[in-house]
Amino acid sequence: MPIIATQNLTMRFGGFTALNDLSLAVEPGVVGLVGANGAGKSTLIKILLGLLPPTSGQAAVLDLDVAGQGPLIRERVGYMPEYDCLPPDVSATELVVHLARMCGLPPTAARERAADTLRHVGLYEERYRPIGGYSTGMRQRVKLAQALVHDPQLVFLDEPTNGLDPAGRDEMLALIRRVGTEFGISVLVTSHLLGELERICDHVVVIDGGRLLRSSAVDSFTEVSGVLVVEVEEERDALGQRLATAGLAVRPEGRHLLVDIADEGTYDLIRDGVAELGVGLIRLEQRRHHIEEVFR
Amino acid sequence: MTLGAIHDIGYRHYEGRRLGRAYIIRSLYVHNLRAAYGLGRPARAKVMPFLLAAMMLLPAAGSVAVLAITKEPNTLIVYSQYATIMQVVVAIFLATQAPVIASRELRFRVVPLYFSRPVVPPDFTLAKVGAFATALFVLLAVPVTVLFVGALVTRADKMKPLVMPDGEVARAMPLGDHVLHYLGALLGCVLFALVLAAIALVIAAFTPRRGFGVAAVIAVYMVSSTMVLIVQGIAEARTNFELAGWAGLFAPFNLVDAVQVRLLGAEKAAVAVPPGPWGGPVALALCALLVAGAVAVLSLRFRKAGLS
Repeated sequence: MPIIATQNLTMRFGGFTALNDLSLAVEPGVVGLVGANGAGKSTLIKILLGLLPPTSGQAAVLDLDVAGQGPLIRERVGYMPEYDCLPPDVSATELVVHLARMCGLPPTAARERAADTLRHVGLYEERYRPIGGYSTGMRQRVKLAQALVHDPQLVFLDEPTNGLDPAGRDEMLALIRRVGTEFGISVLVTSHLLGELERICDHVVVIDGGRLLRSSAVDSFTEVSGVLVVEVEEERDALGQRLATAGLAVRPEGRHLLVDIADEGTYDLIRDGVAELGVGLIRLEQRRHHIEEVFR
Repeated sequence: MTLGAIHDIGYRHYEGRRLGRAYIIRSLYVHNLRAAYGLGRPARAKVMPFLLAAMMLLPAAGSVAVLAITKEPNTLIVYSQYATIMQVVVAIFLATQAPVIASRELRFRVVPLYFSRPVVPPDFTLAKVGAFATALFVLLAVPVTVLFVGALVTRADKMKPLVMPDGEVARAMPLGDHVLHYLGALLGCVLFALVLAAIALVIAAFTPRRGFGVAAVIAVYMVSSTMVLIVQGIAEARTNFELAGWAGLFAPFNLVDAVQVRLLGAEKAAVAVPPGPWGGPVALALCALLVAGAVAVLSLRFRKAGLS
């Protein structure tokens, strides 16, 4: 059963078309929604939450129709907005407890779930301090916690790595991966950076200008190409010369050589070349496509 | 084994109860009511509301003290006039606390977190208007209750009649009348609370910037009451008492006083109230329209903010 399905979904704001005839089906797991800023990612999430009626077309979340069953959808999903949405004068605990109650959790359960969820996202003693004093990384964690506190079946995370430094980005991505695997909650995560979603998603949907560019499993984005990456300790150019003379298509790239695979013999030629030169072989592997290549 | 170690027991799913709409509205109402008095917020958020509540109580307590000492029944402030007498303090409470309820969550863009949950804009709005009206009712009704209890304790109904310098005789009001007037004044407090809360919340919701909302609420209150007073002054000078009465509908305190005088039989606190059999019903209809309009406008305002 797909967790998200849309059929010819179109959204226009006046003369601007935010989504254009978008049809997709997404299976449970960690799903990336990639597109440049203004590609229609946030609009799609608001339609899927049942908050924004589409101009035309249908959409269903967890088999519930966005047009008629918005309230049921919103009971079962969590949402982390793109922008800062936290009041500075309350503590993370107070805010998350309150928002848990807004999902119908009784007072005691709301307190327990808030404490558990904040711990899972990595907020400990600081959760009793007012949010106004938090770093961007901590704020993003609070935003994630409020999306998870009622134990949804699916969370929409809109640009969760926005504004984070590289280390914070890695931590947030690892956390999102854990939500999808350990917590067993399906995730729809948006980003304008393809590379970061490649690392954590099972499936990636790429939209551009409101149109579907591609929707497929990450494996197929990064399937093996017919190119070998060869990295040696030294004498890179000498090895390259030698392989070229042997009739292989070789080109340098950074500290490596890229060698087109002609047949099984290609591996032997490289092995022999390295052995005869007497250099250390660091790496010999088939290159995988990068998700970015979709856009080239 | 180390004592006190924290064991990560991993993620657990929530299998417990999920309560419905009534519970969510009730939680929102209590949350906003507490926020109106700064409860659950830092200490500095409590200073203004409690200071103003204390200021509201002082004249009532003073009036009861004077009554107890002088034993003159007419020294007690008239129950239904208390809100109008104290309108400056009430207006300051509206100005400082309405932004807490109406614009704080708009300013910090918290609203989308509600509407992505099983909370809908009308429920969100009703909880806020209800909570702020309740906070105002408490502010107004507690001192009126102090007056009433003071009258009971000092047996104001048994006090000797007092002959005024102009020859008029101020008689003690019978106990039954005290009870009736008190209950009437409480109804008046409900109406004051609803109308004033509705107006102040709408103004605050459209002036989300910090400090600006406070100024806007005070300005609307001051401008409306001053303009009405000027019109009433000119009208009365030209002996056009009818115009003076109808002009009163355009100032919030005067408007509710008109309902109190015409429909609840209270003594007039404002300069003038609309005359004739239509004065009361028109004022009441206007109150109802104001509250309903405010709920509708606020609901739209919050819905829009939920999509930003």
